[in-house]
Amino acid sequence: MSRTRTERLVNLVICLLSTRRFLTAAQIAATVPGYEHDPHDARDHEAFQRKFERDKAELRELGVPLETGTASAFDVEPGYRIARREYALPDIPLEPDEAAAVGIAARLWQHAGLAAAASSGLAKLRAAGVDVDPQATLGLEPMVTVDPAFAPLTAAARDRREVSFDYRVPDRDEPSRRRLQPWGVVCWRGRWYVVGHDLDRAATRCFRLSRVVGAVRVTGRPGAYEPPAGVDLISHVARWSGPVERTGRATVLATPGRAAGLRRWAVATSSGPDGDRLVLPYADPDFLAGQLVGYGPDVRVLDPPEVREAVIQRLKEIAARHDDLAVAGGAR
Amino acid sequence: MTRPAARGGSRTSADRLARLLNLVPYLLARPGIEIAEAAADLGVTERQLREDLELLWVCGLPGYGPGDLIDMAFDGDRVTITYDAGIDRPLRLTPDEALALVVALRMLAETPGVANREAVERALAKIENAAGDLVGAPVAVRLPADTRKVAELRAAVESGRALRITYYTAARDETTDRVVDPLRMLMVGGRGYVEAWCRRAEGMRLFRADRIDAVTLLDEPARVPPQARPHDLTEGVFRPSPDLPLVTLRIGRGERWITEYYPCERVEEGDGDQWLVSLRVTDLGWARRFVLGLGPDVTVVAPAELATQVHAAAVAALDAYATPPPPRDPADPPTADPAVAAPTQ
Repeated sequence: MSRTRTERLVNLVICLLSTRRFLTAAQIAATVPGYEHDPHDARDHEAFQRKFERDKAELRELGVPLETGTASAFDVEPGYRIARREYALPDIPLEPDEAAAVGIAARLWQHAGLAAAASSGLAKLRAAGVDVDPQATLGLEPMVTVDPAFAPLTAAARDRREVSFDYRVPDRDEPSRRRLQPWGVVCWRGRWYVVGHDLDRAATRCFRLSRVVGAVRVTGRPGAYEPPAGVDLISHVARWSGPVERTGRATVLATPGRAAGLRRWAVATSSGPDGDRLVLPYADPDFLAGQLVGYGPDVRVLDPPEVREAVIQRLKEIAARHDDLAVAGGAR
Repeated sequence: MTRPAARGGSRTSADRLARLLNLVPYLLARPGIEIAEAAADLGVTERQLREDLELLWVCGLPGYGPGDLIDMAFDGDRVTITYDAGIDRPLRLTPDEALALVVALRMLAETPGVANREAVERALAKIENAAGDLVGAPVAVRLPADTRKVAELRAAVESGRALRITYYTAARDETTDRVVDPLRMLMVGGRGYVEAWCRRAEGMRLFRADRIDAVTLLDEPARVPPQARPHDLTEGVFRPSPDLPLVTLRIGRGERWITEYYPCERVEEGDGDQWLVSLRVTDLGWARRFVLGLGPDVTVVAPAELATQVHAAAVAALDAYATPPPPRDPADPPTADPAVAAPTQ
């Protein structure tokens, strides 16, 4: 955009803010510098119309609330104006510590599109007279990252519009098309989920945003549904990953100086002639077996037998699978 | 909802229009501000700012006479808006802007151990209020973490002192003591990290809060060397560099979760259940523990050295099980943990 275009647009905004009457395109052309043309010359007029359309689109893209209407019942041409109440940012009386918090929040975004939105939002607050201390810190800052599906799903949930998307769970080979009335988006343990009413399953479902394949399609009209009153979005995601009670106890023998990772969560440790005895709390014997197998010969399970057997079984299978490879690799 | 891709450079000019519409109210709120200060605050050069002011000077109300145009008074290097032509307020927040600020504030408010949480919550309420309907923002955030530990670490980082930490390094499966000069504390992907200059490694390191087993404040102040730079975290915490060893595994259906939890360089989906995944690892020893721990539905394809190590470790472990387990030492003190069942041997 050239300097003349920028100048024209600033003047257009000022002009439309200052008028209470709707101004037609012809009236605007006669008023705002930069739109001068000969309305009787078809080509010249067409060029003006294209220019004016582009300018309107530019303003709308910026978020300028351009109103359309007619000044009186006798007008046929549509007119334009900007309602000051819709245009102006309402007063936000932020205390210095609050302004600092907003300033910090604005720089947490690692996602390019929303980082730009955060900083342009902050610029507006500054323009409204808010002073932001760029040095402020809260001691601990979260990096905010989102998946590509975040923006469309959040917008759809806000507008109450149905969506459809392809969703792929890793242990399935093909993605499946899902249709959802999204209620909201949740960040849980650093991952993003959308919660809503699954139209095909006729039930509440959560979807992990990182598993959405391709674009989210907005299929419904705005305001097409209402989420249940007082819905607790977090609870729908958290119910699948509640705290694990580690009530089981396994005893293992660890080589001195090895298996540091296991020692960190042993509830009791004693050393003997054969190595260090560690007592480990666990919930799922198979999961524990996986962890123990990781340490190879440095860890031997003494008890309980189910963990010991699970470890031995895993070791046998791993050894068998890698037998040929190890031979091919020239190890034996 | 993010703006469409820039069309032939119109993005920067749209940015300029946005900047100009903000500039009048910005200056109006700060009469007599130094141009250099305003430029720094707005993130533009002084020259750009002066060009913006020149442009605004010829804009104004219809009529465009001396009394209609935006006017400003210059006093040396200071500027004061004397006539605003009606653009005395910035534009409202767009839905994207409101969302970006509100979600980041909610993240902050939910971050365990954050200082002055109360100010964050007040700010959040005010921004939500100003954004109105835009922020029926249906976004909820919960960042569970070991709050007590994170708070302890944050206090240690804020003390401005060097720290001695006991740290578990998963890559080498070892716990070591080291002295670090902390720079800041971060939350990335729901995990807390201390970013610090590690005197042992002589480099900036990210220490995972849940792997810091002990922390002691030293008497000396933290001194991060001036050449030290914070990590660029835009691509996540672990950014595998191409000179790290590449490990290729054939994995069964049940192990495909690996591709969601580890940054994989390549995933080849076969016709059947088996996938071929390649990932960079910092340490082959870590890769060996990783592969052994994954279970039987995983086979090392490359490097051969790793396959050999995995095989050797499994065989050695099986050999150990083949010999009878040692009798429990009668001198062994009973364990302190009451929940432990008596040995069943």
